[in-house]
Amino acid sequence: MSDNLLRADLILLHGGEVFDPNGGEPMRADMVIRNGKIDQIGSVDPQSFNGKVYEISGCWITPGLFDMHVHLREPGREDEETIESGCSAAAAGGFTGIACMPNTSPPCDSQEVVRFIKKKAQDQPTEVYPIAALTKGRQGKEITEMADLVRAGAVAFSDDGSPVADTSVMRNAMDYAFMFDVPIIDHCEDPFLAQGGHMNEGLISTRLGLPGIPNAAEAVQIARDILLCRLTGAKVHIAHLSTQEGVELVRRAKEAGLPVTAEVTPHHLFFTDADLATFDTNLKMNPPLRTSEDVAALEQGLREGVIDAFASDHAPHSLEEKDVEFDAAPFGIIGLETMLGVVFKQIVGRGVLTAAQALQKMIISPRKILGLPIPKLSEGQPAELTIFHPTALWTFDKTLSRSRSRNTPYHGMEFPAKVWGIINKGMVWTA
Amino acid sequence: MGLSSRHLLGLEGVPAKDITLILDTAENLKSILDRPIPKVPTLRGITVVNLFFENSTRTRISFELAEKRLSADTINFSAAGSSVKKGETLKDTVRNIEAMKIDMIVVRHSAAGVPYFLTQCTDAVIINAGDGRHEHPTQALLDMMTLREKWGTLKGKKVAIIGDIRHSRVAGSNIRGLKTMGAEVMVCGPRTLIPPGIKEFGVEVTYRLDEAIEWADALNVLRIQLERQEKGLFPSIREYHNEYGITRERIARAKKELIIMHPGPINRGVELDADVADSEASIILDQVTNGVAVRMAVLVLLSGFDNSQESLR
Ligand SMILES: [Zn+2]
Repeated sequence: MSDNLLRADLILLHGGEVFDPNGGEPMRADMVIRNGKIDQIGSVDPQSFNGKVYEISGCWITPGLFDMHVHLREPGREDEETIESGCSAAAAGGFTGIACMPNTSPPCDSQEVVRFIKKKAQDQPTEVYPIAALTKGRQGKEITEMADLVRAGAVAFSDDGSPVADTSVMRNAMDYAFMFDVPIIDHCEDPFLAQGGHMNEGLISTRLGLPGIPNAAEAVQIARDILLCRLTGAKVHIAHLSTQEGVELVRRAKEAGLPVTAEVTPHHLFFTDADLATFDTNLKMNPPLRTSEDVAALEQGLREGVIDAFASDHAPHSLEEKDVEFDAAPFGIIGLETMLGVVFKQIVGRGVLTAAQALQKMIISPRKILGLPIPKLSEGQPAELTIFHPTALWTFDKTLSRSRSRNTPYHGMEFPAKVWGIINKGMVWTA
Repeated sequence: MGLSSRHLLGLEGVPAKDITLILDTAENLKSILDRPIPKVPTLRGITVVNLFFENSTRTRISFELAEKRLSADTINFSAAGSSVKKGETLKDTVRNIEAMKIDMIVVRHSAAGVPYFLTQCTDAVIINAGDGRHEHPTQALLDMMTLREKWGTLKGKKVAIIGDIRHSRVAGSNIRGLKTMGAEVMVCGPRTLIPPGIKEFGVEVTYRLDEAIEWADALNVLRIQLERQEKGLFPSIREYHNEYGITRERIARAKKELIIMHPGPINRGVELDADVADSEASIILDQVTNGVAVRMAVLVLLSGFDNSQESLR
């Protein structure tokens, strides 16, 4: 075990506030955890306590945060991230659970890979839930052995990173996945419209001379897959929603009662394509950063509940791969350690959502979408907790990141919501 | 009084006084080209690397000549395609070259933003000789120099840029430079070749060539990359020529003196008919000559020399 990690045999969290985002306001309370379970919530005198005492004045204790969209590069690109380093970054970001995407090498399209990931993560304080590939080899041609994969522990299916271009393959995948009641997580991008694009298509792409990806590349496929959802009844979750058109399509699907959900990343709320003026490859991502009108629509989608969850789309890439001309750089940034801070600065801080609403989208919604149990803040329950100071400011230093990669545009920026640590699986992880 | 910036990465944000200084300097330097021995020692001891990742014989020769006329030491580095594919990154390449002690880099690359990227990899002065579909500032400067010679000023003059605006760095830099100098600009081409948001640069847009001809004092006709047809951006060369080809008849209909420009090399009979390219209205060969003078001016001004006549003897 690393220095950050201790057994939670008998500990007291003293001076904090218990905050159940479903249950109103934060409440001043101490918490005793015994053998990984919540033993007592109330007022406890630290002087007479005979276990380990953690002083956490001003911190909130919430059910553990969950990030449903993470890329761990193991197996295949362990130089960029391993399951272990990804879990450390997740713990540092306050996450007790993450779901990882199948675009590894080999891809997660067999139960061997699902089991490998779960085994590698078993001693980590952050729980890892594998998302299996939708199609064999992520080739978009034949659907995977979904029954087998679900049995091995896959919680969803996705070819994330690649759109499924063939509409009939997508229809079959939805029909088949329907039987297992697990969602399809949909990377919505018309590959023909997006082909060759490096950033959002618009005034800024014209100014920078970079080939663009129009909003319609996302919206066309969202529309298609909502129609397929109507046809099949399968649960469809739209990954990394980025456009105003996409928000509108999801809104209408929800109004029609379809089982469609959606997520947004912090970076699509924090940056716009105008920030690309210096060709910073740390702002190259897919879908691309859009315009301020799109950001406003995403914020409106959050307010109305059209967008269910925040997800980091943590995408580690090596320095060598990102420190190149814009055209040659891969898409994506790391995001596990900055998600909470960015959401609290950009969304809570600017009054788009209350802290409770924002936390619901990082604790409850992602687990609901994936059909996972939601940790509860009551005596006798397993202690699956995130502890952070909601207003304490901290500065993100990428050189200290727990991730193996450093591809982030947030270096040197100051954020609220400083993570103190997480408690999960009988372990205490402190920052 | 020198330029506001250490590098020439593009014409975005370059103030009118800088453009005027470059054009004035170029006019002074142009006379050197007509001397019996067309060479001055201005850049003696300065080493310039011409770093061309994309084939461009014309631009490279123009820069090389400019460097030689100013007595700079020059090195040519050509690499067709991207060096990244061969395993070495662009950054490695530039760091290696810089380690050989050089002062200025003239760079041409198929990716937008590469000149900017290089400013972060090296201390050398960077001159953009064309990056992707972004900017080609010396081309625009030589275009402006040629028009200014003809008109005496650019202010209030009307320039229509014809053809593939979407993929053209020549258009990108021309629009910026001409607008800064007070000219009016119209772009004309099939809608598939007009980039989004272009109106926000303050330019007029038309899809009808006759409208552009009627409006303009000068036509800057861009080269059509024939492979755009394979990508479905226009249906055939035949149709392109019918709709957007500059022919003598079309120009005659304008009933006024119209200047014809082209950055070269010309697809004769496609975007420009041969008899128009060779007509009196054409200033295409002046553009080529002025290209050397403009590049000399840029090199001199960015090398730290001021614009006094003294330094040019
Ligand atoms: Zn994706």
